[in-house]
Amino acid sequence: MRSILPILLLLLSFTARAEDLMMVRSTLSFPEAMVTLQNTIRDYGYTLSRVQRVDIGLTSFGFKTDKYRIVFFGKAEENRRMIARRPELVAYLPLKIAIFAEEDDTLLVAANPVKWLEGLVEDEELRIQFERWRNDLQAILEDVRRAEE
Amino acid sequence: MVLAWLAVLLSQPLLAGPDGAELFSRHCVACHGEEGRGGVGVPLALPAFLESVDDRFLTVTIREGRPGRVMPSFRTLSDAQIQAIVSYIRSWTDRPTPTFDPAPIQGDAQRGARLFASHCAGCHGPEGRGGHGTGVTFSRPRDLPIIAPALRNRGFLAAASDRLIRATLVRGREGTPMVPATSLGLDDRDIDDIVAYIRSLESTLHDERRRLQEKHDAEPTVLMEESSYTLEETVENVKQAIVGKNYRVVRVQRLEEGLVPEDQVNPRQVVVYFCNFNQLNQALAIDPRVGLFLPCRITVVEEKGVVRVYSTNPGRMAHFFNNDELKELCEEMSRTYEEILEEATL
Repeated sequence: MRSILPILLLLLSFTARAEDLMMVRSTLSFPEAMVTLQNTIRDYGYTLSRVQRVDIGLTSFGFKTDKYRIVFFGKAEENRRMIARRPELVAYLPLKIAIFAEEDDTLLVAANPVKWLEGLVEDEELRIQFERWRNDLQAILEDVRRAEE
Repeated sequence: MVLAWLAVLLSQPLLAGPDGAELFSRHCVACHGEEGRGGVGVPLALPAFLESVDDRFLTVTIREGRPGRVMPSFRTLSDAQIQAIVSYIRSWTDRPTPTFDPAPIQGDAQRGARLFASHCAGCHGPEGRGGHGTGVTFSRPRDLPIIAPALRNRGFLAAASDRLIRATLVRGREGTPMVPATSLGLDDRDIDDIVAYIRSLESTLHDERRRLQEKHDAEPTVLMEESSYTLEETVENVKQAIVGKNYRVVRVQRLEEGLVPEDQVNPRQVVVYFCNFNQLNQALAIDPRVGLFLPCRITVVEEKGVVRVYSTNPGRMAHFFNNDELKELCEEMSRTYEEILEEATL
């Protein structure tokens, strides 16, 4: 079984997406998608640290926009460990997902850490961590996408 | 036993063939919307679009994307998967699928350039570089129901045969601002010359993407400067530099706030968030995904008595959006970030 597992993982990895940006559309309304996103983030063991209300800032300056928020989240110990290994990561953490309304749908987008941070990979631990973040972000987005099904 | 199970598991989708609807849902819906209604990406379900492009156009477009125009290439999809997506897209209409003779059209490209500048560049941009922004309305008012595509684009020119371009010019595209060329007073010779000009744009594309890729590869992932001031002084310097660049400081917080109890927050990691809302509004109109840059931030850290300031590098990040229009804005932002870092630390 042990020898088959890597083959299975390799085969399944072909279905994984390698985009630079990970983006999904949810048919949930913005408020429903927002709640689902926050719950899903918690389900994956992350702590929500803040929600940036981009639309509020824009409308307060007279610009028209639909709902647009940035959700920040992370695992404090994980962040500390990674920043200790690679101090430059402080510029990218905590992780975030942008969520915005498009008429009746809601779009969610996250950066793929494996692509965006590849310039900071200097050892196996960092590479594995970036892949873990990528997988978690992908899974969170996919769970929100499928939430209405 | 496990092998048998694995074989059965993997053979199911292979035997059934790729599911176009599922593939579209997985790879295309986020931008093109359910059943191709449009969004960040163009509305594929537009009848006038589907009846004016052949399957080759759709296939090559999916395979090659539109470099620099948001639409990514999907080279990891198999021919069968792409064919399944194309078939799914075709299922939205009962109108016949056109076919086009691949033979090139002869014309006077120089004359076509002049005609293009007079009749086409208003929407398609100078040299056919495309209209501004992405897709349809996208949560904010837009001047056009659809953004004019870039014609001077390796993906477009690979996908569109001369005769497809000609047919589009002749018929226009109902439901978009693209009107039949004859309604603009253009005759057959004029149309052939415009087609020849559009095709000639291919020769101007050599090495452009490679140069952009090399530029991207040379960009640092993170911008960083060491400060000769204390943490507190550096934070104040950062705030002053930000205001001096016509940005507004919107929030100053410690990095770990919200992640750990208040008494456990590292006080030597401070984030200064800032914004220029006019610039932000422009950026969102160019590409609504720019939330991934937001808000602008500089992080000040003191570690073992050394104070450093860090920021992301928008010029490098822009590459991931496959949007040349956004790239210019991001390169400008990178220069601003560098100036703020320098002013705050010198």
